[in-house]
Amino acid sequence: MSSTDWPLWEVFVRSRRGLSHTHAGSLHAPDAEMALRNARDLYTRRAEGVSIWVVPSTAVTASSPDEKDPFFESAADKPYRHPTFYEIPEGVRHL
Amino acid sequence: MTTTSETGTPETRNSGTATPGTATPGSAAPGSATPGSGTAGDDRLTGAAAAAAIALGDDALVLSHRLGEWAGHAPVLEEDVALANIALDLLGQARTLLSLAGDEDELAYLREERDFRNIQLVEQPNGDFAHTIARQLYFSTWQELLHDRLARGDVPESAPFAPLAAKAVKEVAYHRDHAEQWTLRLGDGTAESRERMQRGLDALWRFTGELFQPVDGLGVDPSSLEADWLARIAAVLDRATLSVPEGPRRNGWTAGAGRQGLHTEPFGRMLAEMQHLHRSHPGASW
Amino acid sequence: MTAVLDAAGGASAPAEVFEAAVAADERIEPRDWMPDAYRATLVRQMAQHAHSEIIGMQPEANWITRAPSLRRKAILMAKVQDEAGHGLYLYSAAETLGTSREELLDKLHAGRQRYSSIFNYPTLTWADVGAIGWLVDGAAITNQVPLCRCSYGPYARAMVRICKEESFHQRQGYELLLALSRGTEAQHAMAQDAVDRWWWPSLMMFGPPDSESSHSDQSMAWKIKRHSNDELRQRFVDICVPQAESLGLTLPDPDLRWNEQRGHYDFGPIDWDEFREVLRGNGPCNEERISQRRRAHEEGAWVREAAAAYAAKHREADA
Repeated sequence: MSSTDWPLWEVFVRSRRGLSHTHAGSLHAPDAEMALRNARDLYTRRAEGVSIWVVPSTAVTASSPDEKDPFFESAADKPYRHPTFYEIPEGVRHL
Repeated sequence: MTTTSETGTPETRNSGTATPGTATPGSAAPGSATPGSGTAGDDRLTGAAAAAAIALGDDALVLSHRLGEWAGHAPVLEEDVALANIALDLLGQARTLLSLAGDEDELAYLREERDFRNIQLVEQPNGDFAHTIARQLYFSTWQELLHDRLARGDVPESAPFAPLAAKAVKEVAYHRDHAEQWTLRLGDGTAESRERMQRGLDALWRFTGELFQPVDGLGVDPSSLEADWLARIAAVLDRATLSVPEGPRRNGWTAGAGRQGLHTEPFGRMLAEMQHLHRSHPGASW
Repeated sequence: MTAVLDAAGGASAPAEVFEAAVAADERIEPRDWMPDAYRATLVRQMAQHAHSEIIGMQPEANWITRAPSLRRKAILMAKVQDEAGHGLYLYSAAETLGTSREELLDKLHAGRQRYSSIFNYPTLTWADVGAIGWLVDGAAITNQVPLCRCSYGPYARAMVRICKEESFHQRQGYELLLALSRGTEAQHAMAQDAVDRWWWPSLMMFGPPDSESSHSDQSMAWKIKRHSNDELRQRFVDICVPQAESLGLTLPDPDLRWNEQRGHYDFGPIDWDEFREVLRGNGPCNEERISQRRRAHEEGAWVREAAAAYAAKHREADA
């Protein structure tokens, strides 16, 4: 990184109360305080947010795409975790 | 992880930038003035109140214009976005204030230089980024103090300005914060940035006395803000390892300055550029 | 997502996984395997797109200080600001492929990466701001809407955001021209002159005819591109003709007429020599645009350095 190359930050925006923060994109900033302000200026120009998180991109640890089978496949064969797995007699309500 | 607070600090306010061209309630509508305090029949201010609206409106209009000159020239794209945000907030304030006193376009485009009542600080050319930040720090710190006072609406004379001030105080708190953040980074950055920042602060110091001149019809005496302003500026400059400039804060010309319609030489050229097209087509609508 | 996972089950070669995902209209994400040429094409296209946004600020910013009403001034400032924002979205989409913004800007400044040739034309009157909104943004939107379904996830997501925000850009241009067209005689003439100058360069924005387009076939196969240059150009002409009529302005093409058989408007030949000349650097403003960009970057270096130095100092202090 050259002296003028600011680090990259990931931006998460809560669009309104009651919703979780969602990844909006990324931006460059010299430090966390400026990252927060740049994020406010860039990602909420049209009142898209009520709260912002910024995280250094280097701090994100991601699952590897090569691991997708061991990581996610085993969850796919547990249909009993979903309500539609169960048969309930007709007429039974509030279940 | 760094987060904004969720309890409504100025940074997290949800107002954003109003969609241009669509008046937001209480912003572009001139009808929000309180009757009885110098308003004409059509809810427009008259007399001293109108003159005060024009003075504050001109400040915002002229500084917004100067900031608009940065578009496409900022030191980094993020600052193109940030400076435009500030310029748009100020333009919104200018439109509201001028509309309290008359037709915003007539006032902006058809007055002569000697009829403008903005302080000279805001008409100063941009200079380098440090110069622009110094100008913004001086102005926004003052504007925040002033609008905070006006927003209280506890003096009958300042009641017409209370709705605008309540909205503007949140905007200018952000402008002041932006200027402070950059003052810290330039002051305590590299040797070059420190020198440039100090130079900007020093060069504009002589225009800061005018911030505290009385404005008739405002209901708040700006001179009452001076001690607070000085303390705040000194605190920021101290954190930024910069020194509070020395020397006079106004020049010796007894005729006055911007509030009396006396401006600096660059202002005439700025107005010539701003007004030329509008004046070339008398009576046209755009 | 599950479709890809299922299709990928077992020990498929990465290339097969990639092809299957594209075929199934799934999105490719940054850490997925992708062919080198796909990556290179995307970086080139996103960079060119980002550069176009930031160079595109200049011709319009040229009129911010002269906007003839405060309402128009606010609109124009917001629009130019959006363009800086769109440049930022696109640079950050390009960065997901491991190419830094600094690197891309260096290439732009060195003339090794392109931006849309349309921004090498000058804005001579206020009406040009309207013509850019109506025609240039209109052409850009026609090009960009299909990109919201581009196979590369970060690019598609950036385009969704951009298209949403740009919807006001074209409308403000049209409204601006309408006010001029219905205004005084001088204003009407100003509007017609601007449309006369911007019409043909706008048609060139869709790129060379399909018969000569070098990158098109592979990009279509990879679903980076969804429609051919000529298809999009025709769509744009068909949209513009009735809009021009409502404006009360004429489009400068004597061959423009409805073709009942094709169900489209026929239009006259485009001057591809001019296109190539401007692309090669010999347009009216190529030199000015790139040198202003370079100057802003160079003159801002001390600011970026200062902020980086401050951050480093305070990281140490906090540590």
